[in-house]
This record gives sequence, structure tokens and C-alpha cells, in this order.
Amino acid sequence: MKLGRVSGTVVSTICAPAYAKHKLLICDLLDDAETPSGDYLIAIDRVGAGPGERVLILDEGNSARQVLARPNAPVRAVIVGIVDEVHRSA
Amino acid sequence: MKLGRVIGTVVATTQVEGLAGVRFLLVQPLGKDRKPKGRAIVAADGVAMAAPDDLVYYVSSREASLALPEPFVPVDDAIVGLVDEVELTVP
Repeated sequence: MKLGRVSGTVVSTICAPAYAKHKLLICDLLDDAETPSGDYLIAIDRVGAGPGERVLILDEGNSARQVLARPNAPVRAVIVGIVDEVHRSA
Repeated sequence: MKLGRVIGTVVATTQVEGLAGVRFLLVQPLGKDRKPKGRAIVAADGVAMAAPDDLVYYVSSREASLALPEPFVPVDDAIVGLVDEVELTVP
């Protein structure tokens, strides 16, 4: 899973059926110091994340299909959590 | 999933079994600012509606084939939606 920050939304009317009625968010990927790494992902929101929030992103197809309960969904990235705090031990 | 711009079409008459009828499009991957990022890729059209100049989003790896009528065909990337609007709340 990856750490990200919600930075925008994507509106799409014509999409694969698995995407219909789901909110699509643009997420900046964060490095271990929680600064944007420059890369981003479009992810389906399953937790009601809002702009600027730090989120936990799943970027793996099998688990994404499980979360969406759709065995053949062409989906890879899903937001599965809102991050409260990250503690670094070192 | 990532943003991309359709910049052309690809026609292949000879292809492996299972890819018949699948449209292939040339897609330029974009950053979230919609500026080109990296090299163009060839993506299967999973919505059967994408056309040149369209702003789309696509999925890569094994999930790409799941966007097509025949699953488990050999494709790397597939377009899974057309973008109406991108709204950036954090630049």
C-alpha cells in the first residue's frame, strides 16, 4: 500500500461499469517524509476522503477487486483508509 | 490508474488470438497538471468509445485485460474511462 494526499477529483460519465457511481480522486504519492514524490495516482474512494487528506492507497488489482466486491473489475487503485498519524521510529 | 491523452490509433491485422476486435490507441501519459509525462503507450480501448484528442484514464498490468470483452488477453494497458473534468484542489 502507499501513502498519498488527495489533491483533486476526476469526473467521468463514460467509464467501465466497475467505475460507475464511484468517486475518483487524484492522489499525490508521498515519500517517507510525507512530502509529495512528484508522482500521482487516480484511485476509487471507498472511505469518503476529502481534499488535502492523507490517505492509504491500495495499488494492487486482486485486493482492489476484493474491496469493491467485483471479481472482474479492471481496477487497481483504491483508497482504503484516512491516515491520522504516521510515526517514524528512525 | 493514470491520466492520458489519446494521440492516435494503432491498427494491427496480424495479432494473437483473443485480440480480434480490440481497438488499440496511442496514448500519451499525462501528469495531474495534464502535461505530457514520459513516453507514449499503446492501450486497448476498454470503453470502445475513445477517440483521438480525448482525455482518458487507463489501468495497467493484469487489470487491463479485465476491461475487455474477452478477459486474460495479452494487453499491458487499457482505457477504462473518458474524463469530463479534472478539478485540482491542491496544485
